[in-house]
Amino acid sequence: MTRPRQVGYDDLVVTTPVTIPYVRHSIRGAHWFVAHALRALLEGSSLHKSDLDGLCLSSFTLAPDTAVGLTQHLGLSLRWLDHIPMGGAAAIVALRRALRAVGSGDAAVVACLGADTNHVDTFRATLGSFSQFARDAVYPYGSGGPNASFAFLTAYYMRAFGARREDFGKLCIAQRENALRFPRALFKKPLTMEEYLNARLIAEPLRLFDCVMPCAGAEAFLVMSRTRAQDLGLPFASVLATLERHNSFPEDPIQTRGGWVLDRGELFARAGVTHRDIDFLQTYDDYPVISAMQIEDLGFCGKGEGPEFIREHSLTIDGTFPVNTSGGQLSVGQAGAAGGYLGMTEAIRQVTGRAQGTAVPHARVGLVSGFGMINYDRGLCCGAAIVAGPR
Amino acid sequence: MSEPGRRKRKNPILRTRVPLLPPSGRSRIALGLTAAAALGRFELQVCAACGTVQYPPREACHECLCFDLRWQPQSGAGELISATVLHHSHDLYFRDRLPWRLGMVRLDCGPTVITHLHSGVRPAPCRVRVVARLDKAGQAALVSIPDGYNISEMAADMVNDTQLREMTCDPRHRRILLTDGKTLLGQALAAALVSAGADIVWVGFAEPWKRPPGLEELEKLESVTLVPLDVTNSDSVKSLGAELGAQVDILINNAEAHRPYGIAARPGLDAARLEMDVNYLGLLRLAQEFGPAMRSRGADGQASATAWVNLLSVFALANFPAHGTYSASKAAAYSLAQCLRAEMQPAGVRVLNVFPGPIDDEWNQELPPPKLTAKTLAQAVVTGLRDGVEDLFPGEVAQEWLARWRGDPKVLERELAMSR
Repeated sequence: MTRPRQVGYDDLVVTTPVTIPYVRHSIRGAHWFVAHALRALLEGSSLHKSDLDGLCLSSFTLAPDTAVGLTQHLGLSLRWLDHIPMGGAAAIVALRRALRAVGSGDAAVVACLGADTNHVDTFRATLGSFSQFARDAVYPYGSGGPNASFAFLTAYYMRAFGARREDFGKLCIAQRENALRFPRALFKKPLTMEEYLNARLIAEPLRLFDCVMPCAGAEAFLVMSRTRAQDLGLPFASVLATLERHNSFPEDPIQTRGGWVLDRGELFARAGVTHRDIDFLQTYDDYPVISAMQIEDLGFCGKGEGPEFIREHSLTIDGTFPVNTSGGQLSVGQAGAAGGYLGMTEAIRQVTGRAQGTAVPHARVGLVSGFGMINYDRGLCCGAAIVAGPR
Repeated sequence: MSEPGRRKRKNPILRTRVPLLPPSGRSRIALGLTAAAALGRFELQVCAACGTVQYPPREACHECLCFDLRWQPQSGAGELISATVLHHSHDLYFRDRLPWRLGMVRLDCGPTVITHLHSGVRPAPCRVRVVARLDKAGQAALVSIPDGYNISEMAADMVNDTQLREMTCDPRHRRILLTDGKTLLGQALAAALVSAGADIVWVGFAEPWKRPPGLEELEKLESVTLVPLDVTNSDSVKSLGAELGAQVDILINNAEAHRPYGIAARPGLDAARLEMDVNYLGLLRLAQEFGPAMRSRGADGQASATAWVNLLSVFALANFPAHGTYSASKAAAYSLAQCLRAEMQPAGVRVLNVFPGPIDDEWNQELPPPKLTAKTLAQAVVTGLRDGVEDLFPGEVAQEWLARWRGDPKVLERELAMSR
């Protein structure tokens, strides 16, 4: 298959990252969180609701509504609308769609928004109907949800590449350290290796601190032209390059790699940067094994060298190779589809100098990675974007 | 630790657990796996055009997008590539049964499958055999067992694996009611159940003034107790149900009336009425008196109510004109057994329908061999319970009828009419 020629994102920017503070449980509907994020976007950009003409929405708990219902629910008159049910890859995919919409003139200002509520029983209730394959061939087997799926991947990865529990522990502890500087993180206490290693067993080899905690919240950002952002006086970031892949290696017996492998060369080439230029990495981190896989597949080290890479770097904000500077989902919480947006909003803040407590010194170029949708035995959606602030 | 499944005295102050089921939702296409598992078979969809084996079940071939996907038997041979033990579950059924072992297996035929994992399987990677069984919800569930084993031939310690025991109905340590001990088959069944390790076998016998041969030997077996039971008498069934209903783990209804001939050769209704009274209404009476109590004991500790077995006949599928009224009564019983199965399902109690070909007894005297001996059939029932199947077609005749019936029921009807 010949690779299509991609047009760049010159003159387009991403701006106004907003986060609606997470709560463990909420009695509000997903619509409430969408509305809050939308309002924060408008307040943060000084735009009026009528200035917004595009919306790209991701949510697991909107049912029976989709993005369509939201237009009427929130009184939005749009000329461009998309619904991206791609979980952890949703923000990357939403960004790609929105950039094209604005670049082609189909829309002027697109809000990209991930939001979910979390009632006490929401998470359990969504598992059995997550996908046809999950309902037919996964959920009847112990009903462990993603914990079981990632237990298989983690056990295999440990055996195949010599990863130890301590390696994953180091990643989780480093992220917790980062989270202590991020006021919105739900986890506010430091994590010790002893606590990590001896935590309650969930699905062997996974223990409690390997697993994200579901919560409610929202994340959002705006895509518009550079001139529009300048007119509005908004700090903005450029998008140097992106990639998106789905169901990449169906012949692999079990997932040890994702679609990033196929396009990482082009991603860096088009961005005009090298791995050395990347000031921080935001992975999709519902379980630490998948962060290790992203570090490898994005080319920061070779396949199977993730554990060694983790041992060699501090992974903290002030140290070498900062990863998930907000603390990531493992320490901030997983607000459903908003979890896929967490790395993107944090990256925009980092490169525009708005990261405050979590700011990586002199951060200019960041890599955001997305991974989502364990439809059956593996995650199907992979995405990545390199964003950059002003020189 | 005591042997799993071994009956312990119940603590009388604890509440009897309410039967819960594993998730039962399946897409229609996935029910093909269940249909095969009901017969104890592991079948997957195979593309008629390119031969690619598919899993999970789907509507089109993932290789060539051909729509002609056929369910075909699989050996289940494969490699366990990863395993986990769940200590947390989102489902109440599994939550009650943690920890729970799971395995991810790469089948030699292609697909990766997620399976329950027998406790005898070594840590990954290792060779395993994947089999399809029905879980408590009556839906297909894949189980990885150690390479080189058959469930029905497993030694006691292996067949008593707690996960496997949820999907099978092994007679070992169970209390069993057999409804008729006066026939050759009844006596063979009682003996087979005793040697399969049943704790108690209550054996019903009607008309106590008749003492057929074999009954005395039966009485001598240590775990056998004869109980008065006449399935044509509502009071008799009711009285035994009140006495034993809450103790029966497996009920095997083998009581039957069988008279040869069709319609023209036997005037009057007496024979047909007797057949319906025993074969159809007898089942109904038993189901009314024993069904509710067994339903309430679907999760009663390690030896809960687990199965209801109906000795039907392969003639229930299509009328065998030489034994026309008998066929009709067995067809009625088969239909009722489907109703019973639906009603027992919420409790996770399996209804096993047995469809034997002709048995070598006096009523099949003029039918040609091969005919099933009582002993062979009895052993097949025990094996069916151990295997956890839902429909059982023991013997060559029954297997041939099944193949013909599945091929085309209309063709079978014509063949049977011509065979007169």
